[in-house]
Amino acid sequence: MIKVQGLVKRFGAATVLDGIDLEIQQGEIIVVIGPSGTGKSTLLRCLNFLERPDAGWLQVGDLSVDVTQARKADILALRRRTAFVFQNYALFANKTALENIAEGLIVVNRWTKARAHARAREILERIGLADKADAYPASLSGGQQQRVGIGRAMAAQAEVILFDEPTSSLDPEWVEEVLSLMKQLARERQTMLVVTHEMGFARDVADRVIFMDGGRIVEQGVPSHVFTQPQDARTRDFLRKVLASQTSPVP
Amino acid sequence: MDVLDIDYMLGLLPVLLRYLPLTLEMAAAGMVLALVLACLLAVIRVLAIPGLNAATLLFISFFRGTPLLVQLFLFYYGLPQLLAFLTQINGITATIMGLTLHFSAYMAESIRAAIVGVDRSQTEAALSIGMTNGQLMRRIVLPQATRVAVPTLMNYFIDMIKATSLAFTLGVTELMGATQKEAAGSFLYFEAFITVALMYWGIVELLAWLQRRLEKRLGEAYRR
Ligand SMILES: Nc1ncnc2c1ncn2[C@@H]1O[C@H](COP(=O)(O)OP(=O)(O)O)[C@@H](O)[C@H]1O
Ligand SMILES: [Mg+2]
Repeated sequence: MIKVQGLVKRFGAATVLDGIDLEIQQGEIIVVIGPSGTGKSTLLRCLNFLERPDAGWLQVGDLSVDVTQARKADILALRRRTAFVFQNYALFANKTALENIAEGLIVVNRWTKARAHARAREILERIGLADKADAYPASLSGGQQQRVGIGRAMAAQAEVILFDEPTSSLDPEWVEEVLSLMKQLARERQTMLVVTHEMGFARDVADRVIFMDGGRIVEQGVPSHVFTQPQDARTRDFLRKVLASQTSPVP
Repeated sequence: MDVLDIDYMLGLLPVLLRYLPLTLEMAAAGMVLALVLACLLAVIRVLAIPGLNAATLLFISFFRGTPLLVQLFLFYYGLPQLLAFLTQINGITATIMGLTLHFSAYMAESIRAAIVGVDRSQTEAALSIGMTNGQLMRRIVLPQATRVAVPTLMNYFIDMIKATSLAFTLGVTELMGATQKEAAGSFLYFEAFITVALMYWGIVELLAWLQRRLEKRLGEAYRR
C-alpha cells in the first residue's frame, strides 16, 4: 500500500504541489489527468525522489519516511519500491534491450548476471520482444523502446509503477501496442499510477481517476463517475477540451 | 649536392630510432598523467564543486591560454628559482610535467563535454531504479562519454607526441634533439629533418589508423 500525506513541492516561489494526500491500495490502477503544468509529473517524480519534496510523508510498502528527513539510504530504499516509466523512454543507449531490463537486477538487487538475464528473457517474452533481446535502443521503434522501458520497470518488482505520459512521445502508430501492454499489466493487478491524456485507457482500465489542477487534487472517483458527472467546474472544463480533441476525426 | 642523399637518410634512420623510445615514453607518461588529472578536473566541473570549480577554471584558462613552450621554460628554468627543492628537475621531468598540465586543461574540457552530453533522462532512469551515483557513472554515463571523448583524446595524444619535440629546447636528446645533433655534424640539414619528419608522420598515421579501428568498435553498440 502507498500513502502520501501533505506532499508539498516548490520550485523557487512557485508551489507546484500544494499538499497532496493520496492512498493507493495494492493492485489498484489509478489514472491522473489534468491540464499541463499542474504538477502531475512533479507528483510522480517526488514519489521516486527524482525531485526532493519540501514537506510531507511518504509510505511505500513497509517503508515510511518524512521527506524532509529522508537520507540517502531512505531515498534508495524508496526508489527500489517504485519504478518509473518515462515519456521519452530513457533507455540506456549503451545497453541492449535485454541488458536494459537486467541492469537493475544486477546492479541494485545484486543478482548474478545469469539469473538476471534469465529473468529479463522472461520479461521480454511477456512484452512481446523476445526476438529483440540483443537490439540496442537506437535500432528499436518508439513503441518497442517504450515496451522495453515498461519491461525495465516490471523487472524492478516495485510496489508501484509510475507512468508519466508513456504514450505522449509516440507516433500514433505505436500508441496501441504500448497501451495494450499496460492493459495486460492492469489485468495482472500490477499497482499503477498513470499520468496520461488517453481518456479511453482511463475509462477502460482505471479503478480510480484523479483530476489535478494547480498542484492540488481537485476531484477523484471511479471513471464512470468522474467522466459523466464531474463535480468541479475545472474538471468539466478540462474534460470538454480533451474529449473534444480526442474524438475529432483524424484528418 | 643537388640530389637528396638517400644513403645518408637510410643510415640515419637506425640512429634516430634509438631515440624513439624516449619520445614515446614521454608522450605515454604525459598522456596517462594528463588523463588522470583531466578526469579529476572534469568531475569537479561537472559537479560544480564550490571553490574547486573556480580554481579549476583558472587552471584551465591559464594552461590553454599560454604557449606550451613558455610553460616548459617556466617549469625548467623558472620554478627552480622559486622552489629550492626543484633544483634537480631534469628536462625529461619538466617536459612530462608541462605536457601533463597543458594537455589536461584541454582534455578536461572534452571529457566534461562528453559527460554532460549523455542524455540527462538516462541519469534519471538509472536513479529511478535505485542506482547510486557511482553505479550510474560507472555503468551508464562513463561508457557513453568514453565513446564520445575517445576520438578527441586520441587527437590530443597525437598532438602530444609531436609536442615532445619541444623537449629538445630543454636539452633533452630525444628524437628531435638527436636529429639536430646529427644534422649539425653532417651539414645535411634537409635530409636529417625530412627523415625525422617522416618518422613523426609515420607514427601519427599508425595511431590514426588505430583510432579509426577503436572508434568503429566503440560505435558498434549504437548503429541503427
Ligand atoms: N525542475 C523544475 N524547475 C522549475 N520549475 C519546474 C521544474 N519542473 C517543473 N516545474 C514547473 O512546475 C510546474 C508543474 O510541472 P509538471 O509537474 O511538469 O506539470 P505537468 O506534468 O502536470 O504538466 C510547471 O509550472 C513547471 O514549469
Ligand atoms: Mg508532465
